[in-house]
Amino acid sequence: MPTFGRGSGAVRAQLPDGRWHFQHGPIDLVIEAQGCPEALEAALEAAWQRFRSVLGELVAELALLRQPVRAERRPAGPVAQRMHAACLPFLPRFVTPMAAVAGSVADEIVACFRRDGVQRACVNNGGDIALHLAPAAKPWRIGVAAVPDAARAARRGCPDAGFSVGADQPWRGVATSGWRGRSFSLGIADSVTVLARDGASADAAATMVANALDVAHPAIVRAPASSLKDDTDLGERSVTVSVPPLPPSAIAAALDAGEHEARRCRDSGLLGAAVLSLQGHWRVLEPRAALHREAA
Amino acid sequence: MSAVVPATGGAGGARSVPAGKIECDACPVLCQITEGRSGACDRYANVAGALTRVDPVLLMRRASDPDSDGPVVRFAGQEPDWDGDLVGQSVFVTGVGAGTTYPDYKPAPFIVSSRQQGVDMVTVVTEGIFSYCSYRIKVDTDRYLGPECATVRHRGEAVGHVTTIEYGSQFLSLGGVHHLTGGSKKEGRVTCDLMMALGNKEAVDLDIEGGAHLRVQAGRAPIVDGVEERRMRVGCGSATIGIFARQWLGHVDEVVVVDDHITGVLTEHQAGKCLDMAPSGIRIRGRKSTPGRYFQVANPGTGWGGTDVTDPLTIVEGFSPKVARPGLRLLMVSTTGDHHAWFVLDDALRPVPAPMPEAVARVVERIGENCEPSLATVMFVAGAGGSLRAGVTENPVLLTRSIKDLLTRVTVGGAPAYVWPGGGITVMVDVTRMPERSFGWVPTPAIVAPIEFTMRLDHYRQLGGHVERIVTVEQALAQARARWLAWDSANPWPADPPPLDPAPTGPKSRGPAREP
Repeated sequence: MPTFGRGSGAVRAQLPDGRWHFQHGPIDLVIEAQGCPEALEAALEAAWQRFRSVLGELVAELALLRQPVRAERRPAGPVAQRMHAACLPFLPRFVTPMAAVAGSVADEIVACFRRDGVQRACVNNGGDIALHLAPAAKPWRIGVAAVPDAARAARRGCPDAGFSVGADQPWRGVATSGWRGRSFSLGIADSVTVLARDGASADAAATMVANALDVAHPAIVRAPASSLKDDTDLGERSVTVSVPPLPPSAIAAALDAGEHEARRCRDSGLLGAAVLSLQGHWRVLEPRAALHREAA
Repeated sequence: MSAVVPATGGAGGARSVPAGKIECDACPVLCQITEGRSGACDRYANVAGALTRVDPVLLMRRASDPDSDGPVVRFAGQEPDWDGDLVGQSVFVTGVGAGTTYPDYKPAPFIVSSRQQGVDMVTVVTEGIFSYCSYRIKVDTDRYLGPECATVRHRGEAVGHVTTIEYGSQFLSLGGVHHLTGGSKKEGRVTCDLMMALGNKEAVDLDIEGGAHLRVQAGRAPIVDGVEERRMRVGCGSATIGIFARQWLGHVDEVVVVDDHITGVLTEHQAGKCLDMAPSGIRIRGRKSTPGRYFQVANPGTGWGGTDVTDPLTIVEGFSPKVARPGLRLLMVSTTGDHHAWFVLDDALRPVPAPMPEAVARVVERIGENCEPSLATVMFVAGAGGSLRAGVTENPVLLTRSIKDLLTRVTVGGAPAYVWPGGGITVMVDVTRMPERSFGWVPTPAIVAPIEFTMRLDHYRQLGGHVERIVTVEQALAQARARWLAWDSANPWPADPPPLDPAPTGPKSRGPAREP
């Protein structure tokens, strides 16, 4: 079913496979949930009611949210506070609350599904995912597609790598960042996918690890963010525009830098596990038994 | 929000927009977008100073060139064999995906000019949001679907009702504002889902209170209680007798055509009398109408001829010993030929099943051959009389009058629309003639459907149309990404022949009949 972004209001539509699509301005959520029908219906309605005002709340303090995070400047809205909290641990590095906006919206909405009768829920905000798992619920299986290209997408059921997230594990957030994604990246990762305790934390950590996965190489094209998009929170910072095939030494150096940041984040509890990819090369940070590679 | 409007007319709000940027009012973010860039959502962009929807709009091309006779869907800019012919002879901008505002206080997304046979034509393209809309469903069947006025349910919710029976078909009315917004939230949502599915030519399941379970899909055979309908009856029982009496003469002594409405008996029927057929002495249950015609021989059902009969002899009370004789040959058949049986009376005047003679079987077969395939027909009915007209003209009643006077032609996704006489712009269209996925929805809930108005440019000016907004087809293409579809050759080209010329003293001429 097509969705129609019209009027200033949010819209929702059920996809042919039963999942729901909520859209409002730049926010697209795809929601999947399982459980008893009454509970699902109530949760979905609650999620929809919550969703409708989320964008307005964010816009109301957008100027603040586009500024670098400062501990003493807490935003007012609940979603904005999630963003702020998720980014604080990365200080004094450069980070704005916008680094966690997608995951924070996903967290806010998945909370509506945390109720009796809902076994599992997954709120996917453009790759930044918040999960709900009731005790003893079936694990979520999450695939990682390093390069979002159509030919690969056509070969369904064959992601580049995969996670399994069970109810007994503490992770409820999955996020992916890379220079090809919708948001700009300071680094050159094809993808950095992380597991973290919630969507906002995963979003922020994926952004920061992907920013760190970088190497100086003259063939990499970069441009000031403000020259590419209006009103970006990254200002004049140089963001990645294209990455040509790199020599093995450069790939290894970039992955080393990314892995170093990922390890630092893991050791301070900011993420649980991470998969880094760059031009067919992978690094996997595997804290627990949960993580597995399926294919390269 | 408006899908495509020049920036100059846009949001004159409190925020000042820097030179060279436009402000998008599609959502609360109100991105100020530099030329050549897209907003935060990547759905809207600033293309040469115009806010442009990145979602493709559907264009249809007449298959005048030989290599485009299949449905082609291509994206603008990837059009290898497109010859750039955009003079309006072969490209029609549809309202599918055009996007609009609700209420429609801005001009329609596209007001496109083209030239057709030397006349400047204007097509106003929009997507209407219809709270007042519904479907008339024609289900070709004689099976009993349920009592008239019975509630029709979908996923447990009331979504419509059973209306009249026409010759060989049961009509349903589904959807409508009463169910969309007049009942519970769930009823509205389920009705909206059902209407989306019907319009987009998907199969839907319906339960009729006190009647059948039904599955219908536009242009496909209906499925009644799990059984796919194949044939529409050739006529009622009496008509079947009338049509085939001569062909049975000499091969039978009696024929009973079992029908829920009127069961026909050959030798009593006028047709048998005209052929000098001898009475058979058969006694049929039910209420006698005129000679040879019986009402209510059984209950309605899904058996023989729309009755609940599974053994045809249950409607035969017996044979009069004074008239009937042993050896009398009796054909019993339904109005579609689906059910048939051959009997011969024994010495006790009891009908005994026997192999049907070849000559009789041929006529039974012919009944079947004369039945048309059963289909479900889905007609979308919508009132476009509200604020939607404001997107077309500053003086909306003139548009209504112009349509009534055949000066403006209405299409729905390029499909010809029947415009109901009387007040308002109430259109009816066969969804199978519309492009795939033409229908959308908004959470009101209400249905979104494309609608296009085509008229002469000078007439559009007379209507108080938004003449300043007119763009050429080329400009329209530059404003929105396009999705191409081959024109359905079964549909008349909306600008061909050109709509009538407005009479100088006002629209009076009724002219030739418009397309259906």
